[in-house]
Amino acid sequence: MAATLSSPRILPSGDSAVTVEFSRKIDDAANQRVLALDRTLAREPVSGVTETVPTYRSLLVHYDPEQIDFDALSEKLVSLAQRPVPPVTKTRRWRIPVVYGGEHGIDLEDVAKTLNTTPDDIVARHVAGDYRVAMIGFTPGWSYLSGLEKSLHMPRRQSPRLLTPAGTISIGGVQTGVQCLAGPSGWHLLGRTAVRTYQLHRDPIFLLEPGDAVTFSAVDAKIFAEQDRAAEAGEIVADLIAP
Amino acid sequence: MSKLVVSTIGPASSVQDGGRHGAQRYGLTPSGAMDRLALAAANCLVGNELFAAAIEIGPFGAAFTAREGAVRVGLAGAPRSAEISGRAMATDTSMILVDGETLRLGFARGGSFSYLAIEGAIEGEPMFGSLAVNARAGLGSPYPRPLQAGDELHAKAGSGAAERRIDLPPPADGPIRLVMGPQDDEFGGEATKLFLDSEWKISPTSDRMGYRLEGPVIKHLHGHNIVSDGTVNGSIQVSGNGAPIVLMSDRGTSGGYPKIATVISADLGRFAQIPAGRAFRFKAVSMAEAQAEVRKFAALLRTLPDRLRPIENFDLNIEALQDANVAGAAVSAVDARTWQIPSADALAKD
Repeated sequence: MAATLSSPRILPSGDSAVTVEFSRKIDDAANQRVLALDRTLAREPVSGVTETVPTYRSLLVHYDPEQIDFDALSEKLVSLAQRPVPPVTKTRRWRIPVVYGGEHGIDLEDVAKTLNTTPDDIVARHVAGDYRVAMIGFTPGWSYLSGLEKSLHMPRRQSPRLLTPAGTISIGGVQTGVQCLAGPSGWHLLGRTAVRTYQLHRDPIFLLEPGDAVTFSAVDAKIFAEQDRAAEAGEIVADLIAP
Repeated sequence: MSKLVVSTIGPASSVQDGGRHGAQRYGLTPSGAMDRLALAAANCLVGNELFAAAIEIGPFGAAFTAREGAVRVGLAGAPRSAEISGRAMATDTSMILVDGETLRLGFARGGSFSYLAIEGAIEGEPMFGSLAVNARAGLGSPYPRPLQAGDELHAKAGSGAAERRIDLPPPADGPIRLVMGPQDDEFGGEATKLFLDSEWKISPTSDRMGYRLEGPVIKHLHGHNIVSDGTVNGSIQVSGNGAPIVLMSDRGTSGGYPKIATVISADLGRFAQIPAGRAFRFKAVSMAEAQAEVRKFAALLRTLPDRLRPIENFDLNIEALQDANVAGAAVSAVDARTWQIPSADALAKD
């Protein structure tokens, strides 16, 4: 018999949503349980649930209180969340090309200095990583990845930048991320990808799903420029390696 | 085909509907009308689906002109002056603009947003089932940005249907109700008491993403960073400097500040309409009460079609008629709509 999983915390988020919290920290085991509950709700819909939003350590469940009330839904979610986490059989795996450093990754040199090594070594460590999409949030397509090697963990910048470029690949805390749209960020910018994780009038509009596996490959500025043109025209430019 | 042309418009005005649902898991915020009841009322006046796309008009004035045919419109939301060729238009009524006529709207008085629905609804290309403008994500139709002078909204030819008004219940004026959580345990008893007992004002730097609150500093127990988690409309996050921000229709789908409480759904529209600088208070209610209120709100929406009344039902009021004629504008003895005296600035514009 599998050991009974701990009960998640049920936190009210107003009268039409509830947060199912598995941990207060960034925790890969908690993220697995978030994604498992998310899959369960997709497979076995609970009447009244309108939308789910997985995040690193919790699942936000939007619902229609005319169809199901807070107590009934909470009870149901706690029971579903304590089911053993089924193994994931098919994980999509993407390879995302990145041009590192220079004007494309203005913090690469500083990160190398802080960690007492060379920019090439930082790139080698970042490219060697095997990552998972832990959540997508904040702005369209902003994908937060777990699996960053410990030696690359660093606190965020003291003062966030108000504008960072579309396609930025960055590290912050214990995470790395693929940012789709230009916007504010307090993370360290290592490079850029031509891949659009969100692009209107392309099928699919959103490329990555929570739970997808991601690796990076280093490309030079010329290839980036070519891929950027192709991506603008609607090509995906990331490689789907598996399944 | 008729069209409604934007002649003048202020900032914070855009096409909005019931919102874009189902893609928050990809970081796409729902957007949609800031005051859902007012959107529904405006649409109801011209026979549209309640959450069809309409023009959300921010606190400043605006003017719209009918071209290539007549356009019938319904107006609801924040009170403001409105007139068409010298005829006053009341909030919560429908009115037809014949080809070439201009509807002029003044500043919002005692509110922030008005909704102008067009009979037959605004036409556009929906993305994720919605025309709502989300400028940051490049979404919205027919224009993926706030409206500008010169923009054209295609419309069905306005029908000759009788004009109507809609009788809405008087707006509640008590405190804005909220449910505590999800991260109220990140705040001590003293901070929570200060939050609930204080008078707040909405900062003028607020927008459709969030309303910044001005008032006392609310201190966190364990610092202001939490692991980002999901947000809802009405989430009240307390940022690093201790200032609460209420997340609104264009919010980020996740956020890393602790959320002390959530505005109840039934009060969100009323909250969105509070003008910058006006003092208000919060009141915590139980989940049971919040859910009873959201059901009541849904029931109110369903009754909207029954709240329509023909506008022509009037009592002949000679005094009012004479007052109106004194202003020198032509009025009709049988059409009470024309009795209001045009405002001085409306006359100056013509």
